Amino acid sequence: MKLIAKKAILPLIAFGLALFVGGLVIGFTDSRVLSKIGSPISFLKIFASTVGNAYLALFQGAIYDPNLVEGHSFLTGFYPLSQTVVNAAPLMLCGLSVAIAFKAGLFNIGAQGQFIFGAIGASYVGFHYELPIFLHVVVAITAAIILSALWGGFVGLLKAKTGAHEVIVTIMLNYIAANFLLWILGTSTFLRPGRLDPLAPPVKDTARLPRLFGDNYSVNVGIFISIVVAFLFWLLLNRSTWGFKTRAVGANSSAARTAGISVQRITIGTMLIAGGLSGLAGAIHVLGFQYELTSDTAGSFGFDAITVALLGRGGPVGVVLASLLFAGLRVGGTTMQANVQVPVEIVLVIQALVVLFIAAPGLITRYIKIKNLESGQEMASKGWNG
Amino acid sequence: MKNNQVISVLAKKRSRNLKIMLALTLISFVLFAYLPGESQDVTFNFVLGDEWVIIQSWVIGSKIGAYSFSALSALFLVFAFLQARKGNKLGVSALAYCLSVFIAFMCWAAAGAAISVTGLLQGGLFLAIPLVFGSLSGLICERSGVINIAIEGQLLAGAFAAGVVGSLTQNSWAGLLVAPLAGALISLLLATFAIKYAVDQVILGFVINVLVIGLTSFASQRILTTDAARWNSSPIFSTIQIPILSKIPLVGPIFFSQTIIVYMLYVIVAIIQVTLFKSKWGLRMRAVGELPVAAESVGIDVNKVRFRNVLIAGLVAGLGGAFFTVGSSGAFSRQMTAGMGFIALAALIFGKWTPLGAVAAALLFGFADQLRTVLSITGTPIPSEFMVMVPYIVTIIAVSGFVGKVRAPASDGIPYKRGGSH
Repeated sequence: MKLIAKKAILPLIAFGLALFVGGLVIGFTDSRVLSKIGSPISFLKIFASTVGNAYLALFQGAIYDPNLVEGHSFLTGFYPLSQTVVNAAPLMLCGLSVAIAFKAGLFNIGAQGQFIFGAIGASYVGFHYELPIFLHVVVAITAAIILSALWGGFVGLLKAKTGAHEVIVTIMLNYIAANFLLWILGTSTFLRPGRLDPLAPPVKDTARLPRLFGDNYSVNVGIFISIVVAFLFWLLLNRSTWGFKTRAVGANSSAARTAGISVQRITIGTMLIAGGLSGLAGAIHVLGFQYELTSDTAGSFGFDAITVALLGRGGPVGVVLASLLFAGLRVGGTTMQANVQVPVEIVLVIQALVVLFIAAPGLITRYIKIKNLESGQEMASKGWNG
Repeated sequence: MKNNQVISVLAKKRSRNLKIMLALTLISFVLFAYLPGESQDVTFNFVLGDEWVIIQSWVIGSKIGAYSFSALSALFLVFAFLQARKGNKLGVSALAYCLSVFIAFMCWAAAGAAISVTGLLQGGLFLAIPLVFGSLSGLICERSGVINIAIEGQLLAGAFAAGVVGSLTQNSWAGLLVAPLAGALISLLLATFAIKYAVDQVILGFVINVLVIGLTSFASQRILTTDAARWNSSPIFSTIQIPILSKIPLVGPIFFSQTIIVYMLYVIVAIIQVTLFKSKWGLRMRAVGELPVAAESVGIDVNKVRFRNVLIAGLVAGLGGAFFTVGSSGAFSRQMTAGMGFIALAALIFGKWTPLGAVAAALLFGFADQLRTVLSITGTPIPSEFMVMVPYIVTIIAVSGFVGKVRAPASDGIPYKRGGSH
């Protein structure tokens, strides 16, 4: 318990600070607030109420909204939470994808592209084949994982064989994947009959992930799959030889090589798994929530995943919590924009600030004394040639 | 002994290049010339504005054109082969070769259509301008030993600042003045965290991009769109025709009929190319990027040099950002840099971390992008999505070492501690 508290304190302070700075940005860009700048007391009042209302709307959009209850059971108010959890599942898996690469000393910026290939695979199996109910989901997910693992593994292969830096390669592959998706959506195989816009046919009912609380709540078994995978992630890294080797390579690849560990195999293997994890995320998003492949299916999951992995400090528990937090911010942000006209992009600012504060513990500890602080090892610097 | 090895590696590379060229020529013959059904006319127009006219336009049958230029490429291939036998560099003959294959390609891709050659090149340069600025910013950072993934953020900040200030003052010069400062502000963030707090520079650059995208999009939604007339309608620079030079066919309309930002770019490219290799500033930059321990041993304050150079890089990229607003459209829109910062990074890498290489790569990428637009209008057998991928694919090929060895400055991305313990 103490250990968890120790690990959580820096992220919590960072999140608090980020919310504070985000509040300043919201307040100082509001015309009603600025019009009161002459009188300090009413200025502070309206400042606080503007920011408070924005964050309240954010909360209502992410977790519980009493306005939804009217005439229904109080449970109806949890509709936003269901949305948050639905979005957290793919984010969690992508976060684990980035995190596992971190463990091997690799920076996987390519979760976005891997997600796209997973989504393509799951969508194709989902709409093209007629299969029995349970099997269909399994086949679709398997197809997604294989496609995306190959896409991710290619990065590992290049890195291992030629030394091509994974950051550059994954950035480029993300763009290639996005354009590939645009192209494939326009092909006759993927074009929905009777439509001309980039939209694949809907996934068949047999391939959809079952919902947990009836049709009104979109939360589905995807979240369970994600949490089980997070547990497997922990098991693999901490209780297997392969995981030990991976951590050894991540900590010091030349020492690992001297100890007889094949760095090449670990690099390729890690990127295969990382790709597969992001691909699984794509499958869960398509089969569990969207039910169809569009040009915007991947949203920004793959990019948010990087902040998730960083906030989660690369560990499975951290990633699970961080993905719930960021999914909540995303979902709530949309409500905030609709209700109090504060643009959802403030969420990006908060995300970036959280990571920035965590990445530089020196910045916070300069002003706040924290006992026994665990510094962010996963953010130790390496060069292009490293 | 060692010299011989170097020569044999070069010879190997050359013979591989020749094989690739041979394969391309064969593809050109089969795909562009032999396979297409009937021949259609292709029109190449050369005149855009009021420049002096030498050739108005040139019409050729698509099949005959593809055949003749494929044959021409075969001829240059033979030249290149003879050059390689003599142990000379392939430079000029390889360039002529590429041009021939490209024209053969155009005959095929634009069959039955009219292509404005001057317009194509002009548009290519236009699209390349932010890339050049961005890649030069990356160059200054990375040659100093700090990885710059935040080019996108610097460009975006410059674009935003120039647009807003230009609108508020209704003066494009004011916008142009502020843009570099905005870029430098982002650099300040990068330098502080990278150098002072030794945060991983790739992660840092990524996060800074998210921050800038978030802030500018937020402000754009919340302020700029509410009163666009006041906040988001900057006057733009008009093109300046350089007397005489702008009248030269082909070259004039492309290079000498541009806005002030582009002319500034020419100057900046020249300055960086010269100073990087010929001045004390450039020598120090390369020293702290390659071997900071050695630099410190002769009394150079490594981190101070790095900090200053990262700021300078921000000035350059910020100025490039101004091109998006006061340089072309006048209004800022969310994420208007659209990933160009990353293509600029690709250009830097493809150009092997040299100024002229980066500029050439940026021009190539800009040209490829314009070609895609042009061909998607005229209609072409290649899906435009695949044409978009070209810069990304060549970058992956480049970093994988298929086109010579691409090597970053040795200490790029590694924070320096006094005394050289890393």
